Amino acid sequence: MSEPETVANAPGPSARYLFWLARERRVRVAVRGTQFALLAIFMVPWEILPKAGIINPLFTSYPSALWPTFLDLIKDTPQQVSILTHTWATVKETVIGFSTAMALGTIIAAALWWWHGLYRVLDPYLVVANAMPKTAFVPIFYIWLGATLSIYAIALAISLFVTILVIYNGFQSIDPSKIKLAQTFGATRRQVLTKVVLPGSVPTLIAALKVNAGLSLVGVVVGEFQSANVGLGFLIQYGSQIFRFNIVMTAVAILAIVSSALYIAILWIETAIMRRR
Amino acid sequence: MTELSASRPQPKVKLRDIELRYFSRDGETQALTDISLSVYPGEFVAIIGQSGCGKSTLLSLIAGLMRPTGGEVLIDGKPVTGPSRKIGYMLQQDYLFEWRTILDNALLGAEIQGTDMAVARERAIRLLTRYGLGKFLDYLPRQLSGGMRQRVALARTLTTDPDVVLLDEPFSALDSQTRLTLADEVGDVLRREGKTAILVTHDIGEAISMAERIVVLSRRPGRVKSEHPIHFESAGSARPTPLASRDAPEFNAWFNTIWRELDVHVGA
Repeated sequence: MSEPETVANAPGPSARYLFWLARERRVRVAVRGTQFALLAIFMVPWEILPKAGIINPLFTSYPSALWPTFLDLIKDTPQQVSILTHTWATVKETVIGFSTAMALGTIIAAALWWWHGLYRVLDPYLVVANAMPKTAFVPIFYIWLGATLSIYAIALAISLFVTILVIYNGFQSIDPSKIKLAQTFGATRRQVLTKVVLPGSVPTLIAALKVNAGLSLVGVVVGEFQSANVGLGFLIQYGSQIFRFNIVMTAVAILAIVSSALYIAILWIETAIMRRR
Repeated sequence: MTELSASRPQPKVKLRDIELRYFSRDGETQALTDISLSVYPGEFVAIIGQSGCGKSTLLSLIAGLMRPTGGEVLIDGKPVTGPSRKIGYMLQQDYLFEWRTILDNALLGAEIQGTDMAVARERAIRLLTRYGLGKFLDYLPRQLSGGMRQRVALARTLTTDPDVVLLDEPFSALDSQTRLTLADEVGDVLRREGKTAILVTHDIGEAISMAERIVVLSRRPGRVKSEHPIHFESAGSARPTPLASRDAPEFNAWFNTIWRELDVHVGA
């Protein structure tokens, strides 16, 4: 926004305003406090119950074991690939997966917008393809495409259709009067696309990115369960097979960090773009 | 309508026996029928009719956004086959693009038409400055009030320098004070620039105060019901401003005449 609409009066903030500020601050602190309390309700029993022997630590591990396990797994030895390599493999596959889904999804949505007949024909197939549980294809892709490509394929399959549908809906929701306006100046169909529809859909594109980044990560992890020998999905599968829940839980914790980091990165891109609008 | 005298110049816009039908699965609708109308260079004509009589459609036909199913539209004697650079169109709302700055919004038409951007830029800045928006060139539309936004829309229309400006109830989304002042300004701007203007409205007062001639359309299927040249003898040869004309003694008489013309169909 530009310059603020109102400026505080010269004599300084009033008592009521200070009271209001203090209340706002109390609410903020209360929310943070509750958030930490919830985390503690989850973590503390997870730590105490296995140690007290009430539940079997073999099946749960416990929070304080994660850091030592991580330090152990970070080593790159002839016997093991460093967990950083696993993390990097998963992150790389995810980023490639959702970038491809974004690019392809936008192009396909634009094609559907351009040829309305194409949309009318493909609509039921897209809806079914989107509703389909794509993880069913993991073993099929593995056989068809091999270990590496099948992971990308599943990441793409899981995120592409929803991306197409979200972006196409965004294109459709552009105000027809804005398109009419461009046409009064003699805009061609291509100009309507590049000057009205695409720039007007930037918020939709960002919303689609938020959805499909998360889905790509799901696809990559599931793909790695089946076929990989590197990646966090592989590590989880491997750890559970040899009953080392320390490894499994550490990998899961890193997945949580990775997905949060992805989300924050996208939010950051969003603010950067929206600030210029 | 018949040509009044041979001395008149060629019409800027001429509608000849326009007929328009819409087709849908439920059948066809006759929207406009038998419309003939000439608008001369520099003239300000208002087309008035009730909602649904096809008056906005008429503007879309003139703008070349639609083709009539019968008859033809001529601009400077040439049939319209598509959007023309001679035509500028102001829609019911400003429809400014929220992702473009004020200046870039004003330049939209020039950009689409591929004109010399340096010239267009200079012209857009001059127009925006004249409408009191000189300080807001780099602002975004959401930072402006409704009246300011519609002024930007006017600048956007005039940046491409059209001969004919079509106004489709361009003030209907504004509050009543802004509406009157803006009608005044727009009328003034268009007259000073010598534009031919066609205003579509259902507001009788707006039509009388802005136009030199009022064309009344009947209910669907729209046809030209009557035409009324509007003049204010009390103001001498000069035309009063839209705001002043509302105080002229003739205003009420015109209002009643047009009202009766429209009224016939209310009960029908």
